[in-house]
Amino acid sequence: MELKDKLLASFMAFEEKIDTHSELHEVRSNAIKNFENKGFPTKKEEAWKYTSLNAILKNDFSVFPKKDNAIEFKDVKKYFLHEIDTYKVVFIDGIFSSFLSSTTHEGLDICLMSSALTKPKYKMVIDNYFNQIASKEESLTSLNTAFSLEGAYINIPKSKVVDKPIEIIYFSTGNEAALMVQPRNLVIVGENAHVQIVERHQSLNSNPVLTNSVTEIFAQKRAIVDYYKVQNDVQTANLIDNTYIAQKQESRVAVHTFSFGGNITRNNLNFYHQGERIDSTLKGITIIGDKQHVDHYTLVQHATPNCESHQNYKTILHDSSTGVFNGKIFVEKEAQKTDAFQQNNNILIGDKATINAKPQLEIFADDVKCSHGCTIGQLDESAMFYMQQRGIPKKEAKALLMYAFTSEVTNSVKIPELKAKIARIIADKLGVNMGFDL
Amino acid sequence: MLQIKNLHASVEDKEILKGINLEIKAGEVHAIMGPNGAGKSTLSSIIAGNENYEVSQGEIFLDGEEISELAPEERAHKGVFLSFQYPVEIPGVSVTNFIKTAINESRKANGKEEMPANEMLKLIREKSELLEMDRKFLSRSLNEGFSGGEKKRNEIFQMAMLEPKIAILDETDSGLDIDALRIVANGVNKLKNENNAVLVITHYQRLLDYIVPDFVHVLMDGKIVKTGGADLALELEEKGYDWIKNEQAV
Repeated sequence: MELKDKLLASFMAFEEKIDTHSELHEVRSNAIKNFENKGFPTKKEEAWKYTSLNAILKNDFSVFPKKDNAIEFKDVKKYFLHEIDTYKVVFIDGIFSSFLSSTTHEGLDICLMSSALTKPKYKMVIDNYFNQIASKEESLTSLNTAFSLEGAYINIPKSKVVDKPIEIIYFSTGNEAALMVQPRNLVIVGENAHVQIVERHQSLNSNPVLTNSVTEIFAQKRAIVDYYKVQNDVQTANLIDNTYIAQKQESRVAVHTFSFGGNITRNNLNFYHQGERIDSTLKGITIIGDKQHVDHYTLVQHATPNCESHQNYKTILHDSSTGVFNGKIFVEKEAQKTDAFQQNNNILIGDKATINAKPQLEIFADDVKCSHGCTIGQLDESAMFYMQQRGIPKKEAKALLMYAFTSEVTNSVKIPELKAKIARIIADKLGVNMGFDL
Repeated sequence: MLQIKNLHASVEDKEILKGINLEIKAGEVHAIMGPNGAGKSTLSSIIAGNENYEVSQGEIFLDGEEISELAPEERAHKGVFLSFQYPVEIPGVSVTNFIKTAINESRKANGKEEMPANEMLKLIREKSELLEMDRKFLSRSLNEGFSGGEKKRNEIFQMAMLEPKIAILDETDSGLDIDALRIVANGVNKLKNENNAVLVITHYQRLLDYIVPDFVHVLMDGKIVKTGGADLALELEEKGYDWIKNEQAV
């Protein structure tokens, strides 16, 4: 049976076992109808021109994984920011692991989506926020909505500065021959509140995994949100990340996406402005090799005046890997004095590596500042010779140059332990033993 | 210390060096002068191991060891230093961290432990003072947005940190105002001792007022056509290069 049919057939069974209020049933039913109509996206669609899911969809994915897949903390410790204390919301094969998690309800909610969706005390919040900015048109988001049940639920009240970072980690054990998971996260950050979140998806062996994740983030007035996505998965793991962010006035939201691994990774990152003097930051580093594929598809919808957006994506492609950067900036007629910046720099190391870079600016206001720059190049030979002349061996010189190339992105990581971890992953990717203490 | 025998080299099939012979002993300062296009920078690049040039014939010895097949970094580890005519800008790498990496990679290659952080800081402070460099300068990205003088000062700062056996200064005076020239030359002179050597490559005599050479060689059309003492540089400054050409023709 094709995956689409399997999912449609599974939907009824899935719906029946969930005890929830009728509005949610309707949301799910509409979502599955949209997915049924549209199916999985194909390369015929403009938005998916450079990313094909065909090969992945041939796997016979389990849609409902087995329940008791325990893992030991010592085996997965390295995937956490273990040097510091954090809140943790951890899932194993899509199922919440209370053993690995560290949640809270004291002064803020860091807990489970399944509780939020089913318990009456959360109903009002769910009614106000759940599926409010996630696309109702995009088929993969609809598919996630139809099956949405588990994920992280984070609700930070007004003026709360969360005392430590929150880690959301999805592990796949490989106990299933092939597994599809559809995490659904909801993050609400109240007025003047501040939070740092790190999200990671990690397979623990080489059985194929397809993750179709949807995250909705709401930043209220003057809220500050630092969101980091660490994508350093095994070569049989596929990730489709759909993140939707709504910002109220004077809020500042930054999303850093570090794409270092996986088979196919697609990041749909969407920002919607709902107030003035908003600041949005979208940054990313992609370093991949072999036949890996990473596609960044960003949208910043400037709908209100006096807002800023900053995009900066750096890509280094080895071997036959392929990268895509499609950055859309939409400035509506009302959004005067918009300052939108987009930068995308790419280095092709592999002879067969390919990058498709496409800035897309649609501007309907007349008093705005929009700029974009895109470069595609190789490593600077003269810089290599210079560094070697000073005694830095070729491999290390190359690595140092590449790390320096990404420094505009790594420099704005606010959690020092995460920054160090990213530097270590980069060193590891580049095959050198260097601290990159730049 | 450095011995070059019958060195021929070409780039893209064009022969640039046509049989260079040169011997530099420890404690000596040599200068190579010559008109534009004579092959001066090619010679310095080849000694440092730039792979864009092909050595077709000849040998380069450092302390008796043939080094012409070694990678640039291996030559650096053995004590070859080239102060670039055009130092390369490397955004994202600070001066301090670049030199730290360079020193520790050299130490690693020579079987030594990394330099302890406090020792490194002390050395950086000492050497940056020698070159009269501002502390802020050290945390800036390497050569990015530096003035011509700052770039050259930074080259000599790195030389001071790395303490090479043979330092080749390729057109170090170009782009320097007189104050910067004095600082740079002073730095070089302070680093000079009987165990190392300096090869100054220059178009003009100006720098040689400050770094006084023991020998001056004239490089023309890929060959050393004349060798003399410090006086030769003054003569060249006064008369230009044509008289040597004529002397050659006779």
